[in-house]
Amino acid sequence: MKQSDCNATFLGVLTDGIRQAPPFRLLLGLCPSLAVTTAMENGFWMGLAVIVVLACSEAIISLLRKVIPDRVRIPVYIVIVASFVTVVDMVMKAYLPEMHAILGIFIPLIVVNCIILGRAEAFASKNGPLLSVADAVGVGAGFTAALMAIGAVREFLGTGNLKFFGHALLGGGLPLEIVVMLLPAGAFFVIGFMMAGLALLQNRKKKAQQPVECCTVDGEGAAG
Amino acid sequence: MEFLAILVGGILINNYIFSRFLGLCPFFGVSSKLDTVYGMGAAVVFVMTLASAITWPLQHLLLEPLGLGYLQTVAFILVIAALVQSVEMVIQRVSPPLYAALGIYLPLLTTNCAVLGSALLNITSGYGFMASVVNGFACGVGWTLATLLFAGVRERVEGPHIPEALRGIPIAFVSAGLMALAFMGFQGLFRGILF
Repeated sequence: MKQSDCNATFLGVLTDGIRQAPPFRLLLGLCPSLAVTTAMENGFWMGLAVIVVLACSEAIISLLRKVIPDRVRIPVYIVIVASFVTVVDMVMKAYLPEMHAILGIFIPLIVVNCIILGRAEAFASKNGPLLSVADAVGVGAGFTAALMAIGAVREFLGTGNLKFFGHALLGGGLPLEIVVMLLPAGAFFVIGFMMAGLALLQNRKKKAQQPVECCTVDGEGAAG
Repeated sequence: MEFLAILVGGILINNYIFSRFLGLCPFFGVSSKLDTVYGMGAAVVFVMTLASAITWPLQHLLLEPLGLGYLQTVAFILVIAALVQSVEMVIQRVSPPLYAALGIYLPLLTTNCAVLGSALLNITSGYGFMASVVNGFACGVGWTLATLLFAGVRERVEGPHIPEALRGIPIAFVSAGLMALAFMGFQGLFRGILF
């Protein structure tokens, strides 16, 4: 019973994290979302780097949460995050030199990504290590999914093709290349219109739900 | 001439918002009000210039001779955090009115990727000391210019004439994209004269 409860919260925290999709919902982690998303694969690796840093830092911070004095907690968090960022930076430089060159300074800049410090402060400083890792993986996966979605749209419209690890995903592709999608301006356009799409879906959902709510209220009123 | 090229490059051509994507969170965060842009902009220019002046000797006189290059990220972020904190305390003592104007923006700069970004880019671009300081200053001014212009645009794209789904942040992104297109024009404008 207890075991299944624990699993439920673990999964709950995980899916909650994914659903937040940081760049869209919370406007966090914007710089890498715009800068590295010229291709879907870049988004994938950037997201993976963030997941690793976030999971390791949240685990350590959660283990140390009772030891770290409250007044200096932010500098301590920053040092912990910066250490893991350095590790990820070196590993990527050694094993994925090409991707490391593309992502460039946005790997060290994970240190100042608001998602990381935000989750450390809001979640890891109050919860146990297992839940913190679930939160980290969930939020990180949401971030990765958002980055890959932005990257996919920009790559497809900008080059006419969509490739992931060398496999062409969308057959013959587009007959035209909208080069502006690969330029900085395209990043702003794609994110703007994706957010508008999400808002549109949400507004529809709200409108679909509203009559139901109003009827139950009416019904109660009549009964009273 | 070299400094002039760095200055123009930092402010217009490699603008932090529209071509390098650094400092976007405060860009969207503070640009809804013109007053806050002045405060944040002044703080960004000040801290970025100082951070460039401090991280350059740190990298070239301390970390590299000692073979500690891998500590770059950790060292830079700590120095920037300490710098922001001490600037805050000094301003508080020396000039209370200035502190009242900048006070709330200074702590935000520790986690501003534009500040750490400019410090790291100074090193990867291979600038000398003076060039680094000029670059830090120019990038700060460029950030402020972009945010200032954008705040003016944002006032016009708010209201009932915008489709419901686009209202607020989505239309802000689209207008930022149009401004980025406009800023691309500077790349061609100065080609041949300065670069």
